[in-house]
Amino acid sequence: MTDTSANGQNNAAPKKNSLFVQDARLKRRKSAEKRFQWYGIGAISIGCIFLVVLLTNILMNGSSAFRQTFIDLPITLNAEEIEAAEASMLKTGAYKNIIYAALEEQVASKGVETEMSGKDLGKIMSDSAPGELRGFVLANPDAIGTTVDFSFFASSRVDGYFKGRVERADLVNDKNLDAAHLDIIDQLKDAGIVGLHFNAEFIFGADASDNRPEQAGMGLSILGSFYMMIVVLLLALPIGVGAAIYLEEFAPQSKFTDVIEVNISNLAAVPSIVFGILGLAIFIQTMHFTKSAPLVGGLVLTLMTLPTIIISTRAALKAVPPSIREAALGLGASRMQAVFDHVLPLAMPGILTGTIIGLAQALGETAPLLLIGMVGFLATNTPESFIAGFDTPNSAMPAQIYQWASRADPAFYERAWGGIIILLFFLLAMNIIAVILRRKFERRW
Amino acid sequence: MNDMRYIERATDMNETKITARDVHVFYGDSEAIKGVDVDIQARAVTAFIGPSGCGKSTFLRTINRMNDTIPSCRVTGGITLDGEDIYDKRVDVVQLRQKIGMVFQKPNPFPKSIYDNIAYGPRIHGLTKNKAEMDEIIEKSLRRAAIWDEVKDRLQAPGTGLSGGQQQRLCIARAIATSPEVLLMDEPCSALDPIATAQVEELIDELRQEYTVVIVTHSMQQAARVSQKTAFFHLGHLVEYGDTSDIFTNPKDQRTESYISGKIG
Repeated sequence: MTDTSANGQNNAAPKKNSLFVQDARLKRRKSAEKRFQWYGIGAISIGCIFLVVLLTNILMNGSSAFRQTFIDLPITLNAEEIEAAEASMLKTGAYKNIIYAALEEQVASKGVETEMSGKDLGKIMSDSAPGELRGFVLANPDAIGTTVDFSFFASSRVDGYFKGRVERADLVNDKNLDAAHLDIIDQLKDAGIVGLHFNAEFIFGADASDNRPEQAGMGLSILGSFYMMIVVLLLALPIGVGAAIYLEEFAPQSKFTDVIEVNISNLAAVPSIVFGILGLAIFIQTMHFTKSAPLVGGLVLTLMTLPTIIISTRAALKAVPPSIREAALGLGASRMQAVFDHVLPLAMPGILTGTIIGLAQALGETAPLLLIGMVGFLATNTPESFIAGFDTPNSAMPAQIYQWASRADPAFYERAWGGIIILLFFLLAMNIIAVILRRKFERRW
Repeated sequence: MNDMRYIERATDMNETKITARDVHVFYGDSEAIKGVDVDIQARAVTAFIGPSGCGKSTFLRTINRMNDTIPSCRVTGGITLDGEDIYDKRVDVVQLRQKIGMVFQKPNPFPKSIYDNIAYGPRIHGLTKNKAEMDEIIEKSLRRAAIWDEVKDRLQAPGTGLSGGQQQRLCIARAIATSPEVLLMDEPCSALDPIATAQVEELIDELRQEYTVVIVTHSMQQAARVSQKTAFFHLGHLVEYGDTSDIFTNPKDQRTESYISGKIG
């Protein structure tokens, strides 16, 4: 082919041009292509920057929640004192006095000179200490009469001091702690009995009241979320996949199925709070299920997740080449055999991905849970058994985070960020599972 | 058309396997098949030829009721298999399709092992009692489809990993594993290269010893090579039907002649 006139200029006279010279039109096309590439790179960069900023922010604010200031305190468990405490009306109040005495002793033994004593000195300790001590004594009656090394939470102000959140100047108007306390703390820190340690209680513990932020943990709300995910998985997966299979493979084309299809798409776009109020009206007010229970939460989230699962399952079924169905039908398979033996296995990766995305969405949902009463402060009671957990009032991770973020003490703010890290960890884990499952089930045809 | 090799026409012309009487097929309002009468002979290869969109594939799919899967499709008239109306209310398509197997245009093995591809049909129809019987069916089917020697050492390998021609022969093996009486083939060689085509054609010729084969093809040479009977379809009508040699050497209808001589199509 020596003729190089085939240049899109059909009616123009044949013109010789070199392959080494690019004409203006080609240059324009090339530059348009380049521009589009830069748009894409720009868009991705902006997305990445946002993501990095968000993640660093979360990690910087939240990682400190996993460490907590502890005060080491050896306590001699005197049998008479404990008997007296158990006999008193305010049991933890009596235990408090045991702790104060031990604290005074400990402070003195480390050579710290102070005029403070008793309750005033005890401000450096968490309010959770007496309860913890009593719990230990009740669980280990044999330990009475011996000296036990305890490690109690320091109060949230002391913890804040260790984490740089609280300065001496801030304490002028603070009736919870004085600068003098911090002097003692500094000396105790040098003596090695006060310090920051990893706090497993934050991951496994229960929520605590407003004045004990140092004790609050995510454990029970993780459990609540876990129960809800079980409910969602057990209900939404079979119902959603079943509905999708019927609509996609069996349902006759009619006005009725059209209406259903449109409504499923609409449901996917309904704000989650609407599902919350629906759950409140139907499950709690009409059917009288236990308020705030993960069972109800799971039911509400099931309603929310269903459209996602149905839509993604239908897309996955649609993507299976019709030749596979024909092959099975041609062999004399019934419709159901064709679907369950051949189409469904091929659609599995898509279905699983959709389901896990739906679950992840449900895991992060807050608004509907607040409407059915699954608020954070309920996450304080460990369920008595596995089954009872479905019906025991509880919270969920995002609701717990929301609750912490709205409390006054800045110590809770840090925990809200920490909670987000845990939530993101679970979401990430679910997405990784989705990827692994998709890889595992993916087959070529 | 000197290169055509007319194969033996010595078939006993008396036994009819499938009859069609005044068959009309509608997709919604449009009529795809406009009244077809045909008698398909047992243990012979019948070829349906005709230009694209003439309805030959549609008609083929009415024979094993694959058109049932298309909601807008409607069939009128009568098709019988061994004298029994296949569109009778008492007929279950599953049973019908076990008797009338089908091979499709594009090789469509299941994304499973070669073994499982063949085993699926016998398994759903409960043709075997134990693994030994199943192994026997699989070997027999693969041998009959002339692919046994190529795959006998890798029966557990995925069927989709075979070459196009092997895949198509695997699909034929899969279709005959359920011991059908009729094999419908919808342009089985259109996705294959000439060598694979030759292998499949040879196979089709052998299959007519036991099966009634109906093949839809675009290639007139193929029809001439493999079939004993040929039906020419045009615009939904069955224009001409008769012995393959007659159709190709002495067509009675003007349209048939135009088609086989390349004037329409």
